[in-house]
Amino acid sequence: MSTASETQGSSAAEGKKKAPAGERVADWADGRLGIYSLAKANMRKIFPDHWSFMLGEVALYSFIIIILTGVYLTLFFHPSMNEVEYHGSYTPMQGVQMSEAFKSTLDISFDVRGGLLVRQIHHWAALIFLAAMFVHMMRVFFTGAFRKPREVNWVFGFLLFVLGMFTGFTGYSLPDDLLSGTGVRFMEGAILSVPIVGTYLSMFLFGGEFPGDDFVARFYSIHILLLPGIMLGLLVAHLILVFYHKHTQFAGPGRKNTNVVGMPLLPVYMAKAGGFFFLVFGVIAAIAALFTINPIWVLGPYRPDQVSTNAQPDWYMGFSEGLIRVMPGWEVDFWGHTLVLGVAIPLVIVFPLVLVAIAVYPFIEAWVTGDKREHHIADRPRNAPTRTAFGAAWIAWYFVLLVGGGNDLWATHFHLSINAITWFVRVAFFVLPVVVFMITRRVCLGLQRKDKQKVLHGRETGTIKRLPHGEFVEIHEPLSQEQLHTLTAHDQYAPLEIGPRTDENGVERKLTRGQKLRARLSKGYYGESGQIPKPTREEYREIESSHGHH
Amino acid sequence: MKKLSARRRHPLAALVVLLFALAATGGLYTAFAPAGEAKAEQESSKSLAIEEGKKLYATGCSSCHGTGGQGTSDGPSLVGVGAAAVDFQVGTGRMPAQQPGAQVPRKKKIYSQDEINQLAAYVASLGSGPTKPTKEMYDPSGADVARGGDLFRTNCSQCHNFTGEGGALTHGKFAPDLGDVSEKHIYEAMQTGPQNMPSFTDGALPEKDKRDIVGYLKTVNSDKSESPGGFKLGGFGPVAEGMFAWIFGIGALVAVAVWVAARTAKAKKS
Amino acid sequence: MSSETGPHENVSDENLPGAQDKSHGELARKDDPFADPGLPPHEHRIQDIDERAAKRSERAVAFLFTLSMLATVGFIASFVAFPIDKIIYVWPLGHVSALNLALGLTLGVALFCIGAGAVHWARTLMSDEEMVDERHPIAAEPAVREKVIADFKQGAKESAIGRRKLIRNTMFGAVALVPLSGVVLLRDLGPLPEDKLRHTAWKKGKLLVNENTNEPLRPEDIAVGSLTFARPEGLEHHDEDFQNEIAKAALMLVRLEPEDIKDKRELDWSHEGIVAFSKICTHVGCPVSLYEQQTHHVLCPCHQSTFDLADAGRVLFGPAGHPLPQLNISVNKDGYLEAQGDFEEPVGPAFWERG
Repeated sequence: MSTASETQGSSAAEGKKKAPAGERVADWADGRLGIYSLAKANMRKIFPDHWSFMLGEVALYSFIIIILTGVYLTLFFHPSMNEVEYHGSYTPMQGVQMSEAFKSTLDISFDVRGGLLVRQIHHWAALIFLAAMFVHMMRVFFTGAFRKPREVNWVFGFLLFVLGMFTGFTGYSLPDDLLSGTGVRFMEGAILSVPIVGTYLSMFLFGGEFPGDDFVARFYSIHILLLPGIMLGLLVAHLILVFYHKHTQFAGPGRKNTNVVGMPLLPVYMAKAGGFFFLVFGVIAAIAALFTINPIWVLGPYRPDQVSTNAQPDWYMGFSEGLIRVMPGWEVDFWGHTLVLGVAIPLVIVFPLVLVAIAVYPFIEAWVTGDKREHHIADRPRNAPTRTAFGAAWIAWYFVLLVGGGNDLWATHFHLSINAITWFVRVAFFVLPVVVFMITRRVCLGLQRKDKQKVLHGRETGTIKRLPHGEFVEIHEPLSQEQLHTLTAHDQYAPLEIGPRTDENGVERKLTRGQKLRARLSKGYYGESGQIPKPTREEYREIESSHGHH
Repeated sequence: MKKLSARRRHPLAALVVLLFALAATGGLYTAFAPAGEAKAEQESSKSLAIEEGKKLYATGCSSCHGTGGQGTSDGPSLVGVGAAAVDFQVGTGRMPAQQPGAQVPRKKKIYSQDEINQLAAYVASLGSGPTKPTKEMYDPSGADVARGGDLFRTNCSQCHNFTGEGGALTHGKFAPDLGDVSEKHIYEAMQTGPQNMPSFTDGALPEKDKRDIVGYLKTVNSDKSESPGGFKLGGFGPVAEGMFAWIFGIGALVAVAVWVAARTAKAKKS
Repeated sequence: MSSETGPHENVSDENLPGAQDKSHGELARKDDPFADPGLPPHEHRIQDIDERAAKRSERAVAFLFTLSMLATVGFIASFVAFPIDKIIYVWPLGHVSALNLALGLTLGVALFCIGAGAVHWARTLMSDEEMVDERHPIAAEPAVREKVIADFKQGAKESAIGRRKLIRNTMFGAVALVPLSGVVLLRDLGPLPEDKLRHTAWKKGKLLVNENTNEPLRPEDIAVGSLTFARPEGLEHHDEDFQNEIAKAALMLVRLEPEDIKDKRELDWSHEGIVAFSKICTHVGCPVSLYEQQTHHVLCPCHQSTFDLADAGRVLFGPAGHPLPQLNISVNKDGYLEAQGDFEEPVGPAFWERG
C-alpha cells in the first residue's frame, strides 16, 4: 500500500502538472493517517439548522475556553497551603496572614497584567459551561433525543455534567479564600457523616485534621488533571457518537426518520460552528471585562473560625446546599455510635437520587414503550405529555432546592422570614413536582387539542364575518400541506394491553409484577388521559367535505 | 382595527400582551409606591415644632418607652443606654418606630441633629451609658484597613456579609446593609448593640479596633470603593453570580445561537 | 420506516405507531391530505440574485474581520498603555480596573467579530440550499453480526480459556488482586482518626485570650448583650498548627442575666452569667456566631441551624442534630477568665464514633 502510494506520489511530482501544495500536504498526511476515508464521510456531513441544536456547542466551547484559560492560570498559581504574610500591591490585605494559594491568586489578580481578566473568564466560563450543559440536557430531554440509538450518549452527557460539578467545586476551592474554605469545611462535615468510615475518609482526604496542609495541592491535581482528563475522554466519545448517529431533526416536509436535512459541514457549518466558538468566547470575555466574579480580595483568606453570611456554593452545587439547609436535624445514637441522618440522608442518598432520576429516565421510557426502533425525529414536547411533565416536575424539584440553597437572599430581598422559606421548601420539595407534573400534562394535552383543531378546521384568522342571516363566524384559513404534514407526523403509541387473564386453555396466565407495572405505566403514558388522538385522514376528509372548499 | 384583529392570532401576540402587562404593572407600581413617604414627612413637620429634649421625649418617645424612660411592654427601658444609643437610633431614623414588627428598619430621620442631641442629653441623664464618640474615634483616615478587614471577618461578616452588604437573621430579622451608613453610626452600633445586634465593648474590641473596622468598611463598601474586576453584582457572592450567568450569560448566548441558526430572509417574490 | 432503521424484536405491532408512517414515505398516495409534500423548492436570497446585495454582505464580513484586527491591536495597546493598578470610574460599573476593562472589551470585540463575520458569511454568501443525507441503521447487517460472533468464538476457542479453567481462574484472581497494591499505597494519605476529633487545645487553667486584642479576657470586658470571641492561651497565629487547632477550639462568649439561664449545668459552668460555647456548628462545622442579643439565639450563616444560648445551646431550628458544646469557665486568682477543662464532648459535626 505505502509503496504504491509513494510511487504514485513521486510519479505525480515528476509529471508536468504538479498538484497544488495543499493537495500534496493532504496526500502526505493521507499516506500516513488515512485522512481521506475519514473526510469522505464527514466533510460534507449534514447538520440540521435549529437554534436549540447549538446549546451543546455552547457547552463544548466554554469547556475549551476553560482549558485555555486554566492552563494560563497554572503558570502563576501556587497550590500550597504554606502560611505567608502578604506584602503585595493590594493595600487592604497588607500584612494579613494567608496561604500561598491565596497569595498567588491575589498576585494573579493584581500583579499579572491580564491575570484578573483570565481568572474572570475562567470562572464565568465555568458557570456558563455548567448552565449550558443543563439547558442542552433539557433540550435533549424534552425533544426525546435521548431515545435509541442515543441512550449511551445521554449517559456520557450526564456524566460530563456530574464531573463538571465536581471539577467546578475543586476549582473554586483552590484559592483557599474564606468563602470556598467554608464550602470545604461543609464537605468535611458531610464526609464525617458517612457511617462507619466517615472519619477515616476525612483524615485521608485532608491528610489529618481539617483543614491540614494538603487539600489545596490534592484538589489541584484533581481539578487540573484527573477530572478534566476523564471529561476530555468522555467529550471526545460524546462528539464521535454525535457524528456517528447524525443529528436529530424536527419533523417537517421532506424531513424523515431515514434522512437528515440541513447544511453541509464544509463550508456552512465550518463557518457557523467555528464562528460560534468565537462568538461564545467573545461574549464571555466581554462579561469578564464588565462583571466581577469571585472577588477573593474582599473575601479574605480562609480561617476556620471566621465566616461570612451568603456562604453559598456556585450555582450548580446550589441544589445540594438547598437539600442540606432544609433537612431536619436527625441524629441517632446507638451502642456508642452516631448515625448522622441529618447530613447523610440529603448528601449520600437524596443528592445522587436527584441526579440519577434524570439520568435513568430514557431507560424507563424505553421499557414502558417497548420500542426498539431508532428515533431520529425530535419530538415536540407537547406530543409527549407525560415525558414533558416528568421533565418539568424535575426542573421544579431542582429549582425548589436552589431556592432552599439561597434562602437567606430570598429572605433579605423579599422581606420574608428565613424560617418560613425553609418550611416552604420542605413542603414544596414533595408537593411542587406533583403539581407541576399535573399542570404540565394538562397544558400539553391542551396544546395537542389546539393542533388537532388547527389541522381539522384551519388557522383562526381573527377576522369575523357576518353571515346574511346575522350569525357571526370567524374565518378559518386551511393549513398548507406542509403544515398538515408537520402537525400529524408524530408517533402515537397505543397503551400496552396486558391481554386476557387466562390463555386459550383457560389456564390462568402468570403475570409478573413487572408486567403489571409496565401495563399500568403504559396506560398512564398513552391512555386516554395521556394523549389526544391525532386527527385522522378520515376526520379531515369528513369535515372538509361538509364545509366545502374555502 | 382590522389589521389588529387579524394579528390577534399571530404567534408573537401572546408575547406582546405579556410585555404590555409587565410594563403596565411596573408603571402602576411606580405611580403608587411613593405614597407611603408623604405621611412620614407630615409627622416630621409636626415634630419639628417641639424644641427641648424632654418635651421631645414626652411627645415622641414616652408612649412606648414610658414617661421616665423606664420602659413599657411596647419598648425597652432607656435607663443606662447612653447618648450613643439615642444618637444611633434617632439619627438613623429607626426611632421613633413606625410600627411593631420583627425588626425596626432604618428610614428617613425625622429629628434634626440639634434635636437628637437634646434627646440624647435627656436620655443620658436617666442613667450613665456609652457617650457619643468624638470625631477622631471613628475617623477612617489613618485606620489600618487590613487589620480592620481581619477584625470584620471575625466579628461582623457572619451577619453583615464580607463587605457589609447585609444578611438574613431568624424569623424575618436581618443585619442591614452598611453601604451608606455614616462612620459615626457604624461606631455607635458597635458600641451600643442596637436591637438584636450584640454590642462590642471597649474591653473586647478597643477603640482603635473599631476605627480599623470603620476604615475597612469605608474602603470596601462605599460609593468610592474599588471593584477592579467590574460591576460587583451586589456583592452577594455565588447566588448573584449564578443568576447572572443564567440570565445574561445563557440569555446572550441563546440569542446569538438563534441568529446563527436562523435562515437568511428570502428575496421577496414580486 | 421502522423496518428501514432497525429491528423491532418481540414488540407487538399494534402498540407501536408505524402503520400510518408508510404513507409519509415517497410512495404516499396523492389523495392523502397529510402526506409529506417533500422538501419545499429552494428559494433564493436577495444575495443570490442581486450582486449588489452580495457585495454589501461581502463588505460587512470584511468590515467585521477588520474590526477584529483593530481590536487585537487595541488589546496589545491597552496591555502596554494601562498600568495594572489604574482605577477609573465607569458608569454604571463603578470604580473598575482600566486594564481589565480595556483588555476584556478589546478581546471580546476581537473574538466576537471573527465569529460574527464567519456566521454572516455563511448565512448570506455560502449556499443555503438544503441538502439531504440518508441515514443508515446503527446496528450492523446480520451477516456482519454473524461474522463477528463467529470470529470471537473462534478466538476464544483458540485461546482455550473456556477449557483450561485453571488458567482462567488464576488469571481472574491475579487481575483482581493487583489493584490492591494501589489501594494500600493510599494508606499514607493521612493518619488514622484515633481520638483526634475528641480533644481541643482547651485544658484546665488555660486563659481565654481575646481574639481581637490577643490579651486574656476579664469578666468586666464582657457586658450583657455583647459578643466576644476567644481562643486558648498559647495558641498563636503563626503557630504551625494554628488552623487545625482553631478549627476546634474557637470559642464565643456572651453574658446573660443569670436568671435568664434556663439550664442548671449551663449556670454551673458560667461565671457571673458569662457563658462560653463552641463557635463551631454541630451540623457541618461552620462558625456559628450570628448572635441575637435580645433572644439569646445564635444562628449559623451556612445552613441556619439556630441554637439557644440561654438553654444549654439547644437546637431550635435547622439541620443541626445536637446542642453546641459548652466550655466550663471560671475566674483565676488574678481576675482573668480561665477554662476548667476541655470540652466534655467532641466539638463540631457529628461522626460515626461520636456516640
